[in-house]
Amino acid sequence: MKTMKQILGVLLGAGLMVGATAAMAAGDTKIHLDSPNINMTDRNSLQRGAKTFVNYCLSCHSASYMRYEHMSRDLGIDPDVVKKNMLFAGDKIGDLMKASMSAKDAAKFFGAPPPDLSTITRVKSVDYVYSFLKSFYPDPTTPTGWNNTVFEKTAMPHVLFPLQGEQKVSAKAETEGDKPHLVYEHLGGGSQSPEEFEGTVRDLVNFLVYLGEPAKLYRYKIGFWVMVFLGFLLVITWFLKKEYWRDVH
Amino acid sequence: MSKVVGWIDERFPLTKVLKEHVTEYYAPKNFNIWYIFGALALLCLVNQILTGIFLTMHYKPDAASAFASVEYIMRDVPFGWLIRYMHSTGASLFFVVIYLHMFRGLMYGSYRSPRELLWIIGCLIYLMLMAEAFMGYLLPWGDMSYWGAQVIISLFGAIPFIGEGLSEWIRGDFVVSDATLNRFFAFHVILLPLILAGLVYVHIVALHKVGSNNPDGIEIKANKNSAGTPRDGIPFHPYYTVKDSFFAVAFLMIFFAIVFFLPEMGGLFLEKDNFAPANILKTPPDIVPLWYFTPFYSILRAVTFLGDYSKLGGVLSMGAAIFLLFALPWLDRSPVKSIRYRGGLYKAALVIFVIAFVSLGFLGLKHPDHYDYLPFLGLKNVTWAQIYYFIYFAFFLLMPIYTKLDKTKPVPDRVRYSH
Repeated sequence: MKTMKQILGVLLGAGLMVGATAAMAAGDTKIHLDSPNINMTDRNSLQRGAKTFVNYCLSCHSASYMRYEHMSRDLGIDPDVVKKNMLFAGDKIGDLMKASMSAKDAAKFFGAPPPDLSTITRVKSVDYVYSFLKSFYPDPTTPTGWNNTVFEKTAMPHVLFPLQGEQKVSAKAETEGDKPHLVYEHLGGGSQSPEEFEGTVRDLVNFLVYLGEPAKLYRYKIGFWVMVFLGFLLVITWFLKKEYWRDVH
Repeated sequence: MSKVVGWIDERFPLTKVLKEHVTEYYAPKNFNIWYIFGALALLCLVNQILTGIFLTMHYKPDAASAFASVEYIMRDVPFGWLIRYMHSTGASLFFVVIYLHMFRGLMYGSYRSPRELLWIIGCLIYLMLMAEAFMGYLLPWGDMSYWGAQVIISLFGAIPFIGEGLSEWIRGDFVVSDATLNRFFAFHVILLPLILAGLVYVHIVALHKVGSNNPDGIEIKANKNSAGTPRDGIPFHPYYTVKDSFFAVAFLMIFFAIVFFLPEMGGLFLEKDNFAPANILKTPPDIVPLWYFTPFYSILRAVTFLGDYSKLGGVLSMGAAIFLLFALPWLDRSPVKSIRYRGGLYKAALVIFVIAFVSLGFLGLKHPDHYDYLPFLGLKNVTWAQIYYFIYFAFFLLMPIYTKLDKTKPVPDRVRYSH
């Protein structure tokens, strides 16, 4: 009984540690970031995200630690579909996902080389990437004609403009905590409604999270069975200990 | 079987060693949960070595490909992600276990005579472990790896006359570079593990020579039965092997819960800036060492009051903070060992020390000019660090006085044990 109490104490300590670290993970932006509420078990969402990624991101950004084949296997995308619709001319399905534009050219065009996106959601946060992609607005003072409320003066143009169209920050901005929560007004244009566009970005971010750590698709599942196994072992070793210690007085 | 054993025994003291160190090594029967961390530390060491071997098979110690090779392990090596997370989680939990193991020593006076040398060997292990962790942290060649190493190595530059030359000698270059990565790899996978294994062996030899301390701080060897075995002792095997097995499984549950569900630990075990490759042009906004170094990092940064000599003062303070651990056996003048028989003075000192150590650790993660620690009191982080800096040193330097003044309780002849 005493031992059990001690174990509980240790577990409680571990819990406190986790709680303390969760509080640390907050970002360092000036505005409030939205959470995408993604679901990695939704394969259709990941597939849609992959499609958006290849069509809109991969021209300038690489995901140079990831192979097409790996993605095809994990997300259940037919290798023939990948070969036909996603690969650039000359690429093989076992290749790494490299941008079609060379990093040197890209640096010349945009002033800064577009970052590799393999681990972008782990470097920034998921919320940051999600909010960033939704927060472009027209700004005639910048070289690209676009600006972003999450990352001011970003060198990146609004690549998803054909889908989202234009928006502006509306006058009303509620404050949540000490960071303002921005509200946008849709100015028209774009092939998708604001709701549809949010779904597109959510799928894309879902895919980017997968891209950051493909193992995330299965590590929770394996982890669950490992815990079940260790739980059994814990009970067995507890009774073993009890049996042996019966004669210690 | 016995024939084989007999054959070996004639040529190697197998049975004798097993008896002396396992089946007839008598350990006090009154160990509590604080006594599991030695065995757990060994488990952590084995985990680091085994996972390390597999990581080495795919890792490339080359500035141009190190980061990519780690991502290759995370994606393309079957279960590479599991091995890597076991290694990164293992490193942090190794320090959790070692800190608790050291705290056990503080509580029950395990460093006192005749265990001074045992304690010193342990302190050396801790020192080597810090070097091992520091060098291992450079290997993923992430941006925080790079800048962390840059900052820490440049500290040596504060030493008068030889400083600059010394840091260049350590780096093998004017900045952290491919040369640094290569030598840190050599130290991390060969030199330091060899030293650690050797020290751990000597630590156990020394322990088995003097025997384990216990929560009562009583020498069980002082009370033996007619057969010559301690009355309060029980053979290590099977009693402590089964007990340690149970706690090892409990520990593994915490360990694997982190590995599978929380490997980054919110940035505490794997920092987010380290998921971007090292970039000499892009310094992370806050360069912070991993959590297990932050108490000493806080002490380093707390010295701001010596003008031009602040950096040197900080480096020396950090060195002194670690060195004082070695001196502990001679600083403690109490007639008793265990906290159970000490008076209020020592108990209060220990509680305040723990608060100071943990607070220094927290403050080391934060920007010195911000107000993260008890913000309603309106003191900067660095001011708090300075307060705890003095408490840290006072705990050690005033120890000869308060342990002598402390009112102790009489120590019983036999250990206390109840089911």
